[in-house]
Amino acid sequence: MAATTTYERVYVWQAPVRMYHWINATCVLMLVATGLVIGNPPAFISAREASASYWFGWVRFLHFTAAFLMTFAFMVRVYWMFKGNEYARWTAFVPNSLAAFRRQLREARMVLWVDILQIQKKPIDYVGHNGLAALSYFVIFLATIFQIFTGLALYEPMSGWWLPHLFGWVTPLFGGDAIVRLWHHAFVWVFVLFTIIHVYLSIFHDMTESRGEISSIVTGVRFVERK
Amino acid sequence: MGKRLTIWEQAQLLGHSRREFLQFCAWLAAAAGIEASQVGQIVHALETKPRIPVIWFHFQECTCCSESFIRSSHPIVSDIILDKISLDYTQTLQAASGAACEKSWKDVVKNQAGKYLMLVEGSIPTEADGVYCCINGRTALDTVKEAAAGAKAIVAWGSCASNGCIQAARPNPTGATPVHKIITDKPIIKVPGCPPIGEVMAATIVHLLTFDTIPQLDRVGRPMAFYSRRVHDTCYRRPSYDAGLFVESWDDDNARRGYCLYKMGCRGPVTYNACSVTKWNNGVSYPIQSGHGCIGCSEENFWDNGPFYNHLTNFPGFGIEATADKIGVAAAVVATAGLVGHAVLTSVRKREIINEKLEK
Ligand code: HEM
Ligand code: SF4
Ligand code: SF4
Repeated sequence: MAATTTYERVYVWQAPVRMYHWINATCVLMLVATGLVIGNPPAFISAREASASYWFGWVRFLHFTAAFLMTFAFMVRVYWMFKGNEYARWTAFVPNSLAAFRRQLREARMVLWVDILQIQKKPIDYVGHNGLAALSYFVIFLATIFQIFTGLALYEPMSGWWLPHLFGWVTPLFGGDAIVRLWHHAFVWVFVLFTIIHVYLSIFHDMTESRGEISSIVTGVRFVERK
Repeated sequence: MGKRLTIWEQAQLLGHSRREFLQFCAWLAAAAGIEASQVGQIVHALETKPRIPVIWFHFQECTCCSESFIRSSHPIVSDIILDKISLDYTQTLQAASGAACEKSWKDVVKNQAGKYLMLVEGSIPTEADGVYCCINGRTALDTVKEAAAGAKAIVAWGSCASNGCIQAARPNPTGATPVHKIITDKPIIKVPGCPPIGEVMAATIVHLLTFDTIPQLDRVGRPMAFYSRRVHDTCYRRPSYDAGLFVESWDDDNARRGYCLYKMGCRGPVTYNACSVTKWNNGVSYPIQSGHGCIGCSEENFWDNGPFYNHLTNFPGFGIEATADKIGVAAAVVATAGLVGHAVLTSVRKREIINEKLEK
């Protein structure tokens, strides 16, 4: 039978990373929920006067509040990509050398073999993100940028603030607000898919590896097998 | 023709009184969103500046722009601007025909180079060397290039000249092309809409005639005075929108109560035009007031952004009836099924690992 495994505590996720994770998670939930309501508001047959209610206005207000929170949190996170530790840096997501690219590719193949297809049983050894996970975070960062750009472009005509007006050029690229809205709406599903898979995999890794995958995003600490 | 007359001189010739002329100037100022204190400037300009020569071309179009224009509310607009003396050339309305008609625009191009305004109604076909639209044996493509060479500025009337409009709908068999994609070295003012509002057209042309400057344009070249706000921003049904009170079908009680048409596909939130401010037919009404949503007629590609009665357009590349949500839900279902499968696989293949770790 297996010998006792000794684990070592490693501080992986720094405070800004953890805070970004939870602020972003909250914002994404809010944005997906309010966004889908904006795109397809529930039906009421009512005889009310419009002056008696403002609920749709509030849903939009929540969407915009969460949107700006997400935008600013993302900006801080981008700053941290240049200031943070090796697991927070941009190099943890985008390979910055051929060797790093090769390593990421090898890791991704290992993940496919060991975790996804489960043909091979040997556990994989990594501390921060594994190669495939890093790629998925890179994709979701890009999707976040996409939503921020298209969202601010849609926000521009209803705002007197300079910030949204920096994004007005996005609209003609798509050929009008209607198409920007279509894509902004469609990208909801990128976040939904990501969230489903991401939550599942966190549980999966925690159960199969016992490295404290889930608690690490609260405490920042992960357990790694001592060699 | 000898000396070119001013607009005031022409108005006198046509029997308009000074009072009518001043009313006209005030109307212009209001329509163009100019401050009352600047009305004097307009009066002065119309009294003293010889009128700028104007030639108006008709290519692939239905003439709805001209129709809209001659219905703009002030009588002097039709008299002054549209009368055959003021407009040097416009096939549909001028008195001359045949060779005399052709001569009128060629004379302007030859004798007034760098001074005249060129107005274009309709798109220009480019497929098969442009044979799909020929006037007097010449293609629109040739004509537009020749006439634009000496133009001071070009006005693209309506969605045809601005964006291509319905004749440019997929698959665009004639290669219908808006004027700015053919003429790239002249200032072009786009006045889109199908048709544009008559008052907006009149005010745009009068701005050019009086101030002799290009009006302030937005990012895609439309005059800010009329196209900087969305139909939705000043729609009188907007309180129902904010209150979440929507028409659910064309004949429900909500429709009778005049609730917001958002869920019936209203494009007001994505359409820049002055309909809800200026309205149509001398301010009588506009589509939403008549119970139908906006179809976004002043926006690029509105003709392909269907269906008009759904809030979101269909997703491109997936054939008919593929909304973003249908595709998204399908993807989420597939992903969830995959994960369930993976969970089962894991509980079999990794059982020892999981158990071992739990027991130790
Ligand atoms: C995870 C990120 C986001 C998601 C999932 C999301 C989702 C959505 C959805 C589904 C809609 C409805 C579109 C429609 O059907 O018409 C919408 C509308 C909108 N979103 Fe977002 N959004 C996100 C981020 C943002 C951001 C960062 C902004 C920036 C300000 C933003 C601004 C807007 C605006 C202005 C609208 C139009 C609302 C209206 O005019 O009523 N969104 N969003
Ligand atoms: S009817 Fe159309 S333009 Fe008017 S408030 Fe509703 S969505 Fe906006
Ligand atoms: S309401 Fe919309 S579709 Fe109707 S004329 Fe105005 S811009 Fe065009």
